[in-house]
Amino acid sequence: MHELAVCQAMLEQVADIACREQASEVTRIIVRIGPLSGVVPELLEQAFTIARAGTIAQQAELITESTGIRVRCSQCGAETEAGINRMICGECGDYHTQLLSGDELLLASVELNRAEQAVK
Amino acid sequence: MCDTCGCNITQGNRHLIEAGGKHEHTHDGKVAVEVLQNLLSENDHQAGHNRQHFDNHDVLAINLMSSPGSGKTSLLEATIDALKQEFRIAVIVGDLETENDAERIRSKGISAVQITTGTACHLDAHMVHSALHQLNLDDLDIIFVENVGNLVCPASFDLGQHLNVTLLSVTEGDDKPAKYPVIFRAADAVLISKSDLLPYLDDFKPERAEQAIRHLASEAPVLNLSARNSSTLDNWLTWLRKSFAIQAARRAAGETTKPSLQPEGIQLHARG
Repeated sequence: MHELAVCQAMLEQVADIACREQASEVTRIIVRIGPLSGVVPELLEQAFTIARAGTIAQQAELITESTGIRVRCSQCGAETEAGINRMICGECGDYHTQLLSGDELLLASVELNRAEQAVK
Repeated sequence: MCDTCGCNITQGNRHLIEAGGKHEHTHDGKVAVEVLQNLLSENDHQAGHNRQHFDNHDVLAINLMSSPGSGKTSLLEATIDALKQEFRIAVIVGDLETENDAERIRSKGISAVQITTGTACHLDAHMVHSALHQLNLDDLDIIFVENVGNLVCPASFDLGQHLNVTLLSVTEGDDKPAKYPVIFRAADAVLISKSDLLPYLDDFKPERAEQAIRHLASEAPVLNLSARNSSTLDNWLTWLRKSFAIQAARRAAGETTKPSLQPEGIQLHARG
């Protein structure tokens, strides 16, 4: 539901980067989204097809990279894979764990054409 | 986005800017710019300003999240009745439409600002900032932000609050934390509301709800209460008093706090 708002915020950042880089167009946007970020990659991709219209990224493709959930146990120190609603330690089962990855909501990189290249 | 003061430059992306940015040329002649910045960095920036605003006025800001109808406004009414003499309270309340909730709060003699979001399913930091202009923070100790009733979207947007409280009413089922892990994981306290109905519900076990919350690696206190029975509110009121005192001590030391599980993004994940 909120993916459109997230997508618009992403496109504003992309526009700032494109402006700073003096790009004529953005061709690819790569984002990294963890299962615990609260954002659904498929819905973000759908929102992107609407939100990109009329922006510098209107021809761009959006790549969403997913990350796995990993936790470190504060009790036994083990680093283990975890599930979205089961984030206890995979070794000892304790719930005092720290999240190592899985809640990312990052703009990883932007691919663009520079203005001077477009002029040629 | 603030490119003026540099507040969007973090440990994680500083090297990109200082070195002119990490650029790689792809095989077809395009330029790839590595960014590694939170997708919601503009919202986060505004949230940071809101938090500073609260801190400068020694106000504790608490974000209440839950499904629609789980009793956020009723809890606030009961909390105001209990603490009105002790703390100066105001409420910012978000709904898609109507002033109904703000009017309920105002009838208690408390300032309330209604944000009607139209179709938006959550509050964001900019909406809260606009609402703050209608409140005099010098006259306040605690601001409650009653988010739009929704167990999904509000969890993704930092508003500048210090603490998150998530309500789970007993009619919703004790497996809600497992079904909606993002919002329950973000809670600094979980309130199991409408506990007066527990005798009528043989399928809701507070201990099962608590176990589902622990499975999210959350240490948040889980408190049973009913807004209709003031004697059940003691643990909640104690938690509020304690939270206010802790925040006051932090402020005295020149520090602030963020909800326990706001994504630390770059700093945490750049290492991995």
